[in-house]
Amino acid sequence: MTVFERRLLTRDRGSGLLGKLWRVPWVLVLLLCGVAGVGYVALYSAGGGAPEPYAGRHALRFAFGLVMMLGIALVDIRVIAKLSWAGYALGVALLVLVALHGQVGKGAQRWIEIGPVQLQPSELMKIMLVLALAHWFHRASWKRAGNILFLIPPLLAVLLPVGLILKQPNLGTGLITLMIGGAVFWAAGVRWWKFALVIGAAAGIAPLAYGHLHDYQRARIDVFLDPESDPLGSGYNIIQSKIALGSGGLWGKGFLQGTQGHLNFLPEKQTDFIFTMLAEEFGMVGAMGTLLLLAAVVLFALLVALRTRHQYGRLVAVGLGVNYFLYVFVNIGMVTGSIPVGGVPLPLISHGGSAMLTSMLGFGLMMSVFVHRDAEFAASRE
Amino acid sequence: MSRRDEELRRSVFTRRALLLGAGQLGLFGFLGYRLQKLQLQEGERYATLAEENRVSTRLLAPPRGRILDRAGRVVSANDLNWRVLLTAEQAEDVGATLDTFSHLVPLTEAERARIAREIRRRRRFVPVVVREFLSWEEMARIEVNAPDLPGISVDVGTTRAYAYAEHLAHVVGYVAPPAEADMNEDPLLSLPGIRVGRAGVERFHDRVLRGRAGTVEMEVNAVGRVIRELDRREGLPGQDVQISVDAELQKAVRGRIGDGTSVVVLDAQNGEVLALASQPSFDPNLFSSGISAAQWREWTRSRVTPLINKATTGLYAPGSTFKMVVGLAALDAKTMTPTERIPCPGHYDLGDTRFHCWRRTGHGSLDLRGALKHSCDCYFYEAARRTGIDRIAAMARRLGLGVDPEIDLPGAKPGFVPTREWRIRQGKPWNLGDTVVHGIGQGFYQMTPLSLATMTARLATGRAVQPHLTHSVDGRPVRGNRAEDWPSLDIPHRDLTLIREGMWAVVNEGSGTARAAALPGHLGIMAGKTGSVQVRRVTREQRERGYRAEAMPREWRPHALFVAFAPYDSPRYAISVVVEHGLSGAGAAAPLARDIMVDVMHRLRDAPPAPPARLADRQGPRP
Repeated sequence: MTVFERRLLTRDRGSGLLGKLWRVPWVLVLLLCGVAGVGYVALYSAGGGAPEPYAGRHALRFAFGLVMMLGIALVDIRVIAKLSWAGYALGVALLVLVALHGQVGKGAQRWIEIGPVQLQPSELMKIMLVLALAHWFHRASWKRAGNILFLIPPLLAVLLPVGLILKQPNLGTGLITLMIGGAVFWAAGVRWWKFALVIGAAAGIAPLAYGHLHDYQRARIDVFLDPESDPLGSGYNIIQSKIALGSGGLWGKGFLQGTQGHLNFLPEKQTDFIFTMLAEEFGMVGAMGTLLLLAAVVLFALLVALRTRHQYGRLVAVGLGVNYFLYVFVNIGMVTGSIPVGGVPLPLISHGGSAMLTSMLGFGLMMSVFVHRDAEFAASRE
Repeated sequence: MSRRDEELRRSVFTRRALLLGAGQLGLFGFLGYRLQKLQLQEGERYATLAEENRVSTRLLAPPRGRILDRAGRVVSANDLNWRVLLTAEQAEDVGATLDTFSHLVPLTEAERARIAREIRRRRRFVPVVVREFLSWEEMARIEVNAPDLPGISVDVGTTRAYAYAEHLAHVVGYVAPPAEADMNEDPLLSLPGIRVGRAGVERFHDRVLRGRAGTVEMEVNAVGRVIRELDRREGLPGQDVQISVDAELQKAVRGRIGDGTSVVVLDAQNGEVLALASQPSFDPNLFSSGISAAQWREWTRSRVTPLINKATTGLYAPGSTFKMVVGLAALDAKTMTPTERIPCPGHYDLGDTRFHCWRRTGHGSLDLRGALKHSCDCYFYEAARRTGIDRIAAMARRLGLGVDPEIDLPGAKPGFVPTREWRIRQGKPWNLGDTVVHGIGQGFYQMTPLSLATMTARLATGRAVQPHLTHSVDGRPVRGNRAEDWPSLDIPHRDLTLIREGMWAVVNEGSGTARAAALPGHLGIMAGKTGSVQVRRVTREQRERGYRAEAMPREWRPHALFVAFAPYDSPRYAISVVVEHGLSGAGAAAPLARDIMVDVMHRLRDAPPAPPARLADRQGPRP
C-alpha cells in the first residue's frame, strides 16, 4: 500500500460506512470479548464442565449482542440524541407495565416477558435515563448548570424511575439508578455544594428510611453488618461465598476443581456468584486478572468521554461507564462480603440475557459516541 | 453558546471526569484489597472451612467378636438382620408404597406413624427403616414384588444371636443399646444400631468384643448427599472370646434342675468354670431386638427372679458344707488332733445354753473323719469353741469364702464371713455361743454357690485356684488355664487328706449322709459333703411338738446344699449345688450333684478344650 493510498483511506474515514467501521473502538470490542470469554469459562465450570446449560447460551447471546452493538455503533449519534426522550418515555412505560403485569421474582415485580426474552425494564431504564439527562445537559453552559430552576426537570426525570424501581421493590437497582443520575449531574457541572447538601440530607433521612424498608431489605443490611448473626439464613450466602472465594488462595483450585461451587455450597453460582466461582478455581491471580480487565473497560469509557467533542456524547459515555462500573463494583463487593447483597449480576460474565443485552446496548451507544466523536452538533436553541 | 462557555464547560467536564476515574480506580483498588485479604491473608482459614463444608467423616461399625464355648461352639454370634428401608425420594408416593407393602408384610398403625415421622425428620434421600428382623420368606415376597414397591430397598445388618438362649444367659449375658452417658466414652457407641454388653461375658469383655471403629471420609454436597468416598480407614474387628463353659453340659445341667436351684461346676485344677447354672433363666435374644416393657416388668417382678444369677449373687448360709473349714481350722490351730474323739449325746451344752445335734439321739463318740461322715454337730460345736471365730474366718478366706471371687463375670458377690472385730465394730459383743453356732455353718455366714464350689476345688487340690470363665481371647490362652498358674494353699497335706477322707466317707461308706450319691464304680469315686440350712429359726416349742421340716410351707423349708469333687484319687472336678427350700442336702442336692458329675465325666474327661478359633475363621457381614 502506498502512502498516497493510505492518505486516501484516511480521508475516506470521515464519512462512509467503511470510515465509521474504521473508527469503531476495536480495543473496547476486544476487551468486551475478553470479558465474555472469561464468562464462558466460568459458566462452563458452573455447568459442571459442559457448555450446557449455561456457557453455550452465553456465547450465543454474546454473538447476537455483538452484532447489535456494532449496528448501534454505526447509527449517527445525532439521531440517537433526538430519540433520547422517546427512549426515556419507553423506559418509564415499561416500568409502569412491570408494576402492573410483571412477573414476581423473589418477592418483587421485576421483569416482563416479551416473547422468549425476559426483560428487566430497570436495566433498560438506566441507559435511557443517561441518554435523557445527557440530552438535557447538552444545552447547558457552566453558568446554566448552576441555575437551580434548570436542575428541577432533570431531577424529576431521575426521581420518577427511581421511585418506580424502589416500589418493585428493588432497593439495590433503585440506588444504582440514583447514582448514575448523580454521575451525569456531576459530569455536567452541577456545583459541589449541591451534592454535599443532598448527600448530607440523605444521611439524615437514612435512619428514617430504614424504618420503611421491607423486612428482607433490612435483613440484608443487618446481615451485611454482621454476617455470622444468621449463618443459615440470609448470611449463609455471604459466608459461603467468602469461604469459596477465600479457599481459592493465590493460584486457585484449578479449572473445574472448585469444590464449593460444584457441591452447591455456593448459592446461585451461575448468576450473582459467578465471580466467586472464578476466584475459587483460578485463585487471586485469576480474580485480579478479571478485575483488571473490567477496570480497563470502565476506564475506556472515560477515554471515550475525554476524546469526544460534544457534550451529549461526553455525558453519555460517562453515564454508561458509571453504569457498568456500578454493576462490577456492587457485584464483586457483594461476593467479597464488602457491601450488602444486592442481587446484582456481573454483566457479560453472569448467566442471564437481560443484563447482557442491556449492557451491550449501552456499549453500542458508547461506541456510537466514539465513532461520531467529532460530529458537528447543533447546540439546538440557545 | 459562546466559544468561551464551551471551553469552560469542557475543562470542568475534563476535571470532573478525571476525578470520577480516580474514584473508580480507588474503588477497584478496594476490591483488589478485599480479594487479597480473603484469598491470601485469610485463605488458609477459608480453605479449612471449605474442607469442613465438603468432607463428612463417618464411623464404620466393626463386627462384634463372637463368644465360643469350651468346645468351640459359637454361643454368641452376629446373625443377619434383614431390614426393609424406604427412601422417600425414590418413592413416587410414600403412602401408596406403604399400602402395597402392607399387603405383603402387615404394618401396624403405630409403625406407619413412626415411618411417616422419620421421613419428615430426615432428608428425602436418607433411607428410613420400615421393618427389621424379617424372615427369609417375607424377604422373598418383597423381592418378588420389588417393581411394585418404588423406594423400597432391602439391606442386611447384624443382630446378636444366642444359640443357647436361656441356657447360657447368666454366663454370656446380653447386649443392648448403650446408655446416653456411655456415648462420650467411645464415639463408636453413638452409631445407630450399635449394641454393648450389659451383663455376663458380653459386658466383662465388651471392649475386646467391640473392636475399634473404622472411619470413612466422604465428600458431601450442600444438602448432605454423599458424592464420593475420599478415604477409608478400616477399624479393628471385635475379637473372639472363648469361655471355659461347655454349652452342651450347661444345657444338660439346666435340664436337670428346677426353679430356685443353682449349680456351679469347676475344673478343680485351674478354676475354670465348666457349668454355671441358675434356674430360672431368661432368653437374652429378646434384648437384641429391643425388649418390651411388659416383658421387662414380668422378669423384674417375678418371684423367681429369672434375671438374677443366683450362682454368683445368691447368698446362703453354708450349713454343714462349712464343717470342712472348721475342721481344717482346728487342725491348723492344733486345737483338735486327727484322732481325738468328741462325745455326742445329741446336744451340746455351753453354760445355760443347749445346742442340738441334728440327730436327737446323738452320734456316740466321733473323731474328725467320723464327724464329717455323719455331719455330727456336737464335734464341730466343740471344735469351733476351741479354735475361735477368727481362726475359722481366716481359714474360710484361705479357701475362697467371704472374699471377692475376682471372677470375670460382672456382679458376682463376695459373700460374708464374720469376725469378732466386725461384731465389735457393730457395737455388739461376740459371745462364745456365737462361735459355737458358726461352727456348723449357721449364723452370719453368707456364701454364693460359686464360692462354695471354689472352696471345694481348693480342698480337693490344695491350690488357691480362682474361678474364671475366659479360656482364650482372640485365640490366645489367658493366664490361669494351667494348674501350675495357681499357688499352693500351704495347708499341710496330712490335714487336707483327712478332710478329703471324711468327704469320701460321706458318699462312699454305708452310713455316710450322702451314700445315695456315690458314682457308678467305673467312673471313679466322688467325695462330698451335704448341708441343710434353716431359713427360719426352729423354736424350742416347735422342737418339742416334733418339728418336721417337710411339713412346713415351701418358703419355710430349709435350703439343701451339696458340695463334691471327683475323682477322689486325682481330683479334677468340683461341684456345688444349692436347692432353695430343698429340705435336705442328702435328699435334694446330692442326687443332682451325682447326676451332673456323671454327665461331666462322660462329656469332658477325655475331651480337652477345642483349639481356640482363629481370627481368620471369623464370618459375619460388615454392616
